[in-house]
This record gives sequence, C-alpha cells and structure tokens, in this order.
Amino acid sequence: MEAKAVNWRSGLIWTWSLAVVAFLYLPSVCLLLASLTDSRYFTFPIAKWGLSWWAKTFNSLEIHALFQTSISIALCVTVISVVIALFGALAFARYEWKGRSIYQKIVLLPIFFPQSVLGLALLLWFNALGLELSWKSAVFAHLVWIVPVVTLVISIQVYSFDPALEEAAFDLGATRWQVFREVTLPVLFPGIFSGMLFAFLLSWGNFPLSLFTTGADTTIPEYLYAKMVAGYTPGVPVLGTVNTLGATILLLGGYALILWWRRSRTEDSKQ
Amino acid sequence: MPLLAKPGPRNAVPLILLLLLGFAAPLLAVIGFSLVPARTFSLWQLPTLENYAGVFSGTNYISFVYSLIFAAVTVIFLAVICYPVALGLVRVFGKWSMFMSLLFTIPLFVSENVRLYGWVLFFIKNGVLLGTLKTLGIEPESWLFTQSIILFGMVYVYLPFMLFPMTLGISMVPKETRDAAFDLGATRWQVFKEVDLPLSMPGITIGFLLSFVLAVGAIAEAKVLGGQRIIPVTHDIEIAFTYAQNWPMGSALSVMLMLVVGVLVLTVLRRFDLDTILGKK
Repeated sequence: MEAKAVNWRSGLIWTWSLAVVAFLYLPSVCLLLASLTDSRYFTFPIAKWGLSWWAKTFNSLEIHALFQTSISIALCVTVISVVIALFGALAFARYEWKGRSIYQKIVLLPIFFPQSVLGLALLLWFNALGLELSWKSAVFAHLVWIVPVVTLVISIQVYSFDPALEEAAFDLGATRWQVFREVTLPVLFPGIFSGMLFAFLLSWGNFPLSLFTTGADTTIPEYLYAKMVAGYTPGVPVLGTVNTLGATILLLGGYALILWWRRSRTEDSKQ
Repeated sequence: MPLLAKPGPRNAVPLILLLLLGFAAPLLAVIGFSLVPARTFSLWQLPTLENYAGVFSGTNYISFVYSLIFAAVTVIFLAVICYPVALGLVRVFGKWSMFMSLLFTIPLFVSENVRLYGWVLFFIKNGVLLGTLKTLGIEPESWLFTQSIILFGMVYVYLPFMLFPMTLGISMVPKETRDAAFDLGATRWQVFKEVDLPLSMPGITIGFLLSFVLAVGAIAEAKVLGGQRIIPVTHDIEIAFTYAQNWPMGSALSVMLMLVVGVLVLTVLRRFDLDTILGKK
C-alpha cells in the first residue's frame, strides 16, 4: 500500500520532470527544423527539405571571421579565468583566514548582478579610461563575470579535498611546487576541468557583456541577435543549432571524461 | 606576520584585483556619471541630482516597476515548476540523477537569444505550432508580441537558476531527520512544513534571489519575443546610452537598479554560511 503510493508519486515526478526537459529543448528542435529548409523563409510544415543553408553558412567568410573572434575571446577567457579561479578557490574553500567569509560574498556579487548593467558599466569605465574597445576589452568584461562562476565550480571540488594529503607530501620532503604539481593539481583536476568547460561555454554564448564591450568586433551571439531583429536568413537557425549541438557534445564528452577519470583513479588506489 | 604571508589572502589577491578593476571601479564610474548634468560626457563637473529627479518626473519609473513585477511573478512560477523537479533530482531519479542534471545544464550554455528565437519559430505565424494547427484546419492568433509571452520567456530562460540552488537546498535535508519525523507519526504535510522546508531554505532562498536578480536585468525576452510590448528598465537604460546619448540619465537608472539588487543580495547573503551550503565536510 505504502510502496504503491511512493511509486505513484515518483511516477508523477518523473513525468513532470520529463515535461520540463521537453519544454527546455523544444526551441532547439524548432531551430533544427528551421535550419533544414531550402527556402528563404521558414514555413511549417516544411515544403522543401535540404541542407543548402548549412553549406552556405559554413562557406561564408563573414561567419569564419565571427567564429575567429568568438573563439579567440573564449580561449583567452578560459585560460586566464581558470588560473585566477584556481587560486581564488583555494582562498575560498581551502584556507582559514580572517576576512574569508566577506571574501566569499564579494566573489558572489558579480554573479548576482544583471549582466546588461554590468556590460554598460564596463563600457562607461573603459570610456573614462580612454581605452579603445575590441575583442580584448570583451575578454576582460567576460572575466569579471566568469571568474567568480569558475571559482565556485572549483571551490566545490576544493571542499572535498583533504588537506592532510598536502601535509603528508610536505612531511616526505616535497617542495611547495612539487606538492602543487603532484598532489593539489591532480586531486582538484575534475573541478578544474569542469571550470574550464564552464568558462569556455559561458564566454562563447555570452551576449549582454559582449554587446557593450566588443567595439567594432562582432561575436556570434551578437551577429545572431542583429539578424534576428532585422534580416532573418535560415543561417540564424543553422548557427543556433551548431551552438546547441556543440555545447551538448562538449558537456556530455566532458562528463564522460570525468567519470572515466574517477573510475581509473579508484581502480589505481585499489591495486 | 604580514597579511600576504598567509596562504589564504595571498591566493585571493588576483581575484580581488580583477573585481576591483572590473567590478568596483565600473560601478563607481556609473555612480559618478549619474551625478553630472544630463547629456554631458565628462565626469569632472559639479554634481547634481537632476537625473534622479528626471527618472521620477518622466516615464522611466513605469518600466522600473514593470521589471520588478515581472521578475517577482517569474520567481513564483519558477518555484512551483522547479520544486518537484528538484525533489526528483535528489530523491527519485537515483542513478539517472546526474544525467538529468546535465540535461538541465546544457541550455545554460546556449545564448539566451538563440533559445528565445527557437520559441519565435515555434509560435510565429506559419511556424511549428500554428503551421501544424493550420493543416488541421484551426487558425488561432499568434501568441507572439504579447505581455504574457514575455513572462513565458523569462520563466524559460531563468529556470536553471532556480532549479540548481533549490536542488542543493533539498539535498541538505538529512534522510534520517525525515525518517525520524515519520516514525514519530508526522503526516507528509507536517514533514514538509517542519523538516523539508526549513532545512532546505538556504538553497531555496538563493534560488529565489538569483532568479529574481537576473530577471530584473532581463532584456532579451521583451525584444525577441515581446515585440517591445513591455519596455523593461534595462531597455530604457540601453536607449539612454545609445540612441538618446544621455549617459547621466542611463547611469541614474542603473544606480537605482543596482541599489535594489545590491540591498537584496547583501541582506540575504549576509545570513548564510556559504561553507555549509557548498558542501564543506
């Protein structure tokens, strides 16, 4: 009787959650459908299926330039943010120090802040400094928001890190650098890896910060937005679908990699 | 011992520097600009409060109120939608839980414009929904460019920001405490009210806060889906900075938004110990 009630409730929760998943992915399905038409405008049901807009988008020099800008920003942001955030996370979660609790809250502030306002504030600030805006200023703008996110992601890993491991290595005569390279980094690796994924994808998909800080350079989300407002082509859903598929593959691949990494580590320790 | 000789503060230095240069300084610049005469572009002038007066004498305060109301309603919808899912992620899905969380994470990494545009393709005339209905002989009006679809878009975009803190909160409720309450004869409702809700409150509050703050700053939903049927405050700010070339007015509006957000975030965050929430053992 009781078990039956529990089953019934979990069934309801499963159904509801799967409905929410469907709700989340329905727009992506629409984008995919709209990219698979050969006509200039999207009408459903699709009269002429085809991949011609995929070919056009991938051969367009303009799109190549956009990809280059977006990739440059995302790669710079990934590298810089992981380095700053790794140290930031050690201060956040590993060491006890006076002022840590205030520091933790300061780190959260940029996350709890409307990004469009942050973008404008940065625009004003760059302007007051007389800086010329380009994709490099966008890297800085992305960092302000992404470093705190990555710090949180790595911190969660740091919390489960046993400081005794480091101390043992010191006792065995390892130098500070050796301890960092041989103990701290490998143990924190899954967190650092997820932090890298987060940094890359968040920077790649960012629109509100890029909008105000890229100057004459254009990223893919900015281009897509301009095309949505005026001058729709089926290239918009093509690029949208590429973005969604790219993020999915990176995340699922990354997740599989972390699982594999954990499994091989536990097997190592059993031997 | 000097402060920086300790490992904690030393590791915090790069991050603190970044936030000073990239967060504190720009916000100060905005505050500075909100105090100079309208339509001027230099910081070095006599301060004035005319821009703030302008916000209330003009129509800007209406968009401010709209943004606050829409954000509040979004949060209520999200709480109702996300709670069962969060329960599922913690207690029901078992080995599928990780995979389900991943499914909820992926959309976060696709630009919100792109996903909202997917909804445009769904709802637009001759789009996926109306095109299908048309073949069945039904031709209703499109839902696009209405007030309610803006709300719909906001609920859609900010869903993960409610879901994940909520899940974190529910996972903080120890199973033993619930079992003990049931053993002592509590009803399901009593367990929910006396055990589940209070113990998962930190996560739930953070979910409310995060989704509210982000929704107040929403701009894309009204532009992409709503055909500007509602003008959110962020749109007014953007207009002041771009077409209107009135930076001081845009700054004054930004400062007011920052005040609402800042007071809310600081009062709520002050009450929490982040170590326990993020899983310190």
